Parts: sequence; structure tokens; C-alpha cells
Amino acid sequence: MTSVTDTAPAKPAFRLTRAFQGLERVIVPALLIAGWEAFARSGMLPPALLPAPSAVLHALGDWVFGFDETTQTYSGHWTRDALASALRVFGGFALASLLGILAGVAIGWSRLFEKTLEPTLQMLRPIPPVSWIPLAIIWFGIADKPAIFLVFLGAFFPVLMNSIHGVKTVDHNFVRAGAMMGANQRQMLTDIVLPAALPSIFAGLRIAVGSAWMLTVTAEMVAVKSGLGYVLWDSYYFLRYDIVLAAMISIGLLGYLSDLGLKAIMARTLRWQQATTVQGRTG
Amino acid sequence: MAAIELRNIVKVFSDKRRGRDLLTLDNIDLDIEANDFVCLLGPSGCGKSTLLNIIAGFEQATSGRTLVDGKQVERPGSDRGVVFQQPTLMPWLTAIDNIAFHLKLKGIAKAERNDRAMEFIDLVGLRGFEHHHPSEMSGGMNQRVGIARALLMNPSVILMDEPFAALDAQTKLEMQEELVAIWQKRRCTIVFVTHSVDEALVLGNKIVVMTKRPGRIREAVNFDLPRPRDSTSPEFNDAKRHILALIREESTRLAQAS
Ligand SMILES: Nc1ncnc2c1ncn2[C@@H]1O[C@H](COP(=O)(O)OP(=O)(O)O)[C@@H](O)[C@H]1O
Ligand SMILES: [Mg+2]
Repeated sequence: MTSVTDTAPAKPAFRLTRAFQGLERVIVPALLIAGWEAFARSGMLPPALLPAPSAVLHALGDWVFGFDETTQTYSGHWTRDALASALRVFGGFALASLLGILAGVAIGWSRLFEKTLEPTLQMLRPIPPVSWIPLAIIWFGIADKPAIFLVFLGAFFPVLMNSIHGVKTVDHNFVRAGAMMGANQRQMLTDIVLPAALPSIFAGLRIAVGSAWMLTVTAEMVAVKSGLGYVLWDSYYFLRYDIVLAAMISIGLLGYLSDLGLKAIMARTLRWQQATTVQGRTG
Repeated sequence: MAAIELRNIVKVFSDKRRGRDLLTLDNIDLDIEANDFVCLLGPSGCGKSTLLNIIAGFEQATSGRTLVDGKQVERPGSDRGVVFQQPTLMPWLTAIDNIAFHLKLKGIAKAERNDRAMEFIDLVGLRGFEHHHPSEMSGGMNQRVGIARALLMNPSVILMDEPFAALDAQTKLEMQEELVAIWQKRRCTIVFVTHSVDEALVLGNKIVVMTKRPGRIREAVNFDLPRPRDSTSPEFNDAKRHILALIREESTRLAQAS
């Protein structure tokens, strides 16, 4: 009974700190948005040049749900545009992950691949993916393919570099332990080196998914006539900065969600690693 | 036939940065009998790990022959279980999966793997922790998994490289006792590397004292004190005095030479 009275006063204090912890995350963005709204409404700049957050939200709402056609031809077409971009990201990213992991593991594991393959790839790496746009358009025309190609280029190298690094830095004592337990070359790769390199490979995948979004949008501005990047660039020509901002928010949101999805997959796959971080954080 | 025969082992490392060769093991000649518990005792840097790695097949001797059960050692293999200084468990596998890893590599089904690994979980006293990952266990528990993993392969010899060096004093004593109990129960051949005279005397029935670099065998001492051993008994201290004298003689010889 005494314990109940003892703990009772502690509870509200605990709740208050919890509420504040939730609050401290939103306090900066809330102030920024409020300041922006106030500044936009003050009339110091024409509303066409700096749309207020409420106007951007309005444009975004109409773009998504098509309630009053403020966004004209885009009204109600957000899902289609977002899907077009997302599919390009997914296509290029999937291809880059597959080939990046394969090439990276091969280079990290085998001297032969390191000598034959790596110099060429390292020479291609510093070339900015964007500078491939002219060639991509000549080769693939104006459609999904040049965009997927650019996404591939942007996502491939982070995956490649991190896979090479992951495989090369595998503790050689793991390899010794594997050999001691009778692993053959294939088992050494699949049962020891690959799992040991996974944290590094996932780090590469997360960088890659960010690059993938950046490059889809870039490609859509020049080489494709659909998707969020296209809407952004097209609205800029029509001086619809509210739609430009709505497109920026959409891209940011989708990029963030892709990373969140990848993080969830990573957390599941690398559950063995989490044990340490969770302990470290709570303990 | 001895379980392990080392014939005129010489190991030279080439120090590429300084452009010279480093003689690490100088003509090691040693027979280890089946079911012996041999401690390789010597100061750090004298080549104990190198010698163990040659028996394990991780390193090749520059010259000389290494035979285990009469067969020339060419590469690592599951006939020689190794317990590393750091446990070197696969961090993505649970304790039971680490112990059964050898069976997995042989393609044995999960149910049978678990059955057989449980016996070794019990042997090293880890029941209740079989589904823990290495990051969730203490250093001593991880080293138990390392020992169980080596025992499960039923190897003809077990090679241990200072496996308890990183543990606290109390855990170390516990593990030493348990290792002796396991050795008595299962009758296996153990080669145990240590730089601690006390550890060698607690564990071994044969203590091979090595010299400073280049590593040679100073003397192989037979030590058949019954177990459990009392480290304060006169017999224990006589042996300790003898081994310390060997080591001291060695350092004065080196001091005079230089
Ligand atoms: N791979 C290597 N390359 C060059 N020198 C080495 C290598 N491994 C060990 N050595 C040298 O050989 C000597 C013996 O090392 P080691 O066998 O690890 O000694 P111990 O285990 O007795 O402490 C040391 O001087 C060490 O620097
Ligand atoms: Mg050593």
C-alpha cells in the first residue's frame, strides 16, 4: 500500500517530461512555419513569389485530392506523378543494389576481380551522374529508361564502395574460424563473409536510396515528361511556386519514407547487431 | 605414434618494411601424446601463437614437418579445433548456432544440429543462454561457446591460444577448473598457449617452456600432480620454482649476451 502513495506524486512529473520530449521535436519547425506564414501574409513580397505555407498546403491538397483545381491540369494527379517517380527510383535502385553488391563482393573477395574490374569502375565513379544526361537521352530517348539509367548510376557507386569495404574489412579471424570448422570457398563467402559485410552493405544502400531520389527528380526535369520532378520544373515555367514547393515537400516525404522502409528492413536483418545499440542506449 | 609431431619447425617472417627477415621459431622439435594436456609457456613475442597457427594450418612453416595423427598438416580443418584468444564467434549467430556451425557447413538438418549442440551447451553450462547472441553475453560466456564449438567437432586435438587472457581473475579460475573437468571427462588432446606460469601449472600435465625470440624449446617438464591442484602445496611450488629458474636462467643468458 505504501508503495502506491510513494509513486503517485511521481507520475504527473513523468508525464510532463514525456509531453515536453514530444514537443521539443516540433518546436523549431512550428516556429519556422509560423514565421514564414506571417512574413508571407505581411505583403512584403508578392504572394506569387513567396506562397504562404497555407497556400502550399492548399496546392498540395488539390494536387492529391483534386477538390478545387487550383493546381489546374495536375489536380488530383499526385498519385500518378508520385508513382511514376517511385517506380523509376525502385527500378534504378533495385538494379544498382543487385549489380553493386555482386560487383562489390567480387572485387572485395577476389584478387582477380579487384585487378580487372576495379580500376575501370573507380575511373567512372568521379563522373557526376548528371553529366550522363546527354548520352542517356541519345541512347534511351525521352522516357523512363534514361531516368532509370541515371538513378542506377547514382545508386550503384555507394552500394559498390560499401560492399567492397564491407568484404575487405571482414575480420580475418572469422575466415580462420570458418576454415577451422571446415567451410569451403563458397560457404566462406555465403555463410561468413557476406553476413559479416551486411552492416556495411546496408549503409551503402541507405546512401544509395537518397541518391536515387535526387537523380530521378533531376532526370525528370530534363529527360522525362512525368513524375514529381517534371511537375516541379513545369510549374516553375508557369510561375506556380506553390506547386513547386508542394512538389519539393512530396519528394522530401517520399525520400524520407523510402529510407524509413529500408531502415526497417535493416533492423530486421541485423537484429543481432541491435542488441548492442539498444543496450547501450537504455543501459 | 604421437598425436602431434613437430619436426624441425623453422619459421621466418620477412619484415618487408625494414627489408630483413625475422627468425621466429628456431628448430622446434616436439612430440605431443594423445590425451595430453600440454601448455606452451613463454614470454610474449616468443612465437607461441605462430607455432599454434602452424599446427592449426593457418600458417605454413618455412621448413620442417607438422604431423597430426600421422598426417601432414597442409590447411586448417575440423580435425583440429581452435579456441582463439578473442572468442571469434559469428556475431550474427546465436550461441547454439555458433556451436552447431560446423554441422551446418556439413549440411546437417536444423533439428539434428540443435540436438547435438544442446549437449555441448550443457557441457559448458550455458543452458538458458542458447538463443543469446554473442553481444548479449559476457566475455567468459562467449569463450565457453568458443570451447563448445571446438569440442562439438570431436577433433583429435584442441588448440587454445591464451583463451582466458582477457577474462577477470575470478572468471579465469572458474574457466580453468571447468576446462580441466572437461578434459578429464572427454579425454582429448589439448595444446594450450599461455604466458602465465601459474596457469600452465594449474592446467597442464606437460609444460613446454620456450625461450625468448627466436623461439626454441628450453625444456619440456612433465607435471603429474593430481587434480584438483592446490597452488599452495609444496609440490606445486617446487615445480613453479623449477620453471621460474629456467626462465630466469634464460634472461641472464640473454643479458650477458647483449
Ligand atoms: N604475420 C606476421 N608477420 C611478421 N611478423 C610476425 C607475424 N606474426 C608474428 N610475427 C612476429 O613473430 C614473433 C612471434 O609472434 P607470436 O607468435 O604472436 O608470439 P607470441 O604468441 O608468443 O606472443 C613476434 O615478434 C611477431 O612480431
Ligand atoms: Mg600470442
